[in-house]
Amino acid sequence: MTGQGVAFAVLAAITIISALLVVTIKNIVRSALFLALSFVGVAGLYILLNAEFLAAVQVLIYVGAITVLMLFAIMLTQQIMSAKISQTTEWFWLALPMALAMLATLIFFFAMRTYPVNPAPDALAVGTTMPLAEALLKPYLLPFELASFILLAALVGAIVIAREEKPGATD
Amino acid sequence: MLSAYFPILVLIVLATGFALGALTLSHVLGPKRPNPAKSEPYECGMRPIGSARQRIPVRFYLIAMLFILFDIEIVFLYPWAIVFDHLGLFGLVEMIVFIAILVVGYVYVWRKGALEWE
Repeated sequence: MTGQGVAFAVLAAITIISALLVVTIKNIVRSALFLALSFVGVAGLYILLNAEFLAAVQVLIYVGAITVLMLFAIMLTQQIMSAKISQTTEWFWLALPMALAMLATLIFFFAMRTYPVNPAPDALAVGTTMPLAEALLKPYLLPFELASFILLAALVGAIVIAREEKPGATD
Repeated sequence: MLSAYFPILVLIVLATGFALGALTLSHVLGPKRPNPAKSEPYECGMRPIGSARQRIPVRFYLIAMLFILFDIEIVFLYPWAIVFDHLGLFGLVEMIVFIAILVVGYVYVWRKGALEWE
C-alpha cells in the first residue's frame, strides 16, 4: 500500500469510528466531541483529494465553530448535561432500516455512473485554491458579494432572536 | 504535493504521543494516596461552588453565533489573499465592498450592545 493509501485508511477509520461513536455513545457532550474528531477526519480526506481550501474551511468552520455552537446548545439546555440522561434513541430498530435504505440508495446512484479519473496526478499538483479563488472573484463575483449580504442577514437575525431587549438600551 | 503535509503528520504523532505518554507515565509511576481534599474537583484552588452541570446563560450562545459569522467572513479572505496581487485594484474594491457590508452588521451589533457583558 502506498503512503496515500495508508493515510486514506487511517483517516477513513477515524471518520467512521467517531461518527459511529457520535450516535451510540450515551453522554451527549462526548458525542459532540467525537463529532469534532469526525470532522477532522473529513478535513484530512479533503487534503488527500488536493482540496486544501475545503480542508481549511472544514477545520475553521466545522471543527472550530459548529462544534462550539453545539456544545453551547447542549450547555444551554436544562438537564441535558445530567449524567442520567441518555441521548441514544428508543427508535433504534426503526432508524436502522431507514439508514441502511439511505446507504443503499447512495451506493446505487454512485455506482450507476462512472467518474473520470485524472490519468496524471501531477495535473492536480498546483492545488485547487488558486483556480477556486479566480472563479470566486471573477465570474462568480455576484454570489461572492451576495454571501456578504446573507452573512449580514444572519447577523441581524441572531441579534433579534437571541438578545433579550433591555429597557434603555441604545437603538 | 502531499509530502508538504508530512510535518503536520509528525506534529500530530508527537502531540498524541506526548499526551498519552504523560498520562500513562503519571498513572504508572505516581503514588496514589487519595484523601477527600485531593479528590475534590480543581477550581483554581477554591472550594468548588455548585454543580458543574448547570445551564449557562444564553449570552454565550449569542457570542458563539457572532463568532461563526465572522469566522465565515475570514474564510472568504483566504482565496482572495492568494490571488489579490494579480487582481489589482479591482480585487481590492471587491473585498472592500464585501467587508463594508459586514462592517454594517458589526456596527449594528455594537450599537445594539450585544458585545457588552454587563
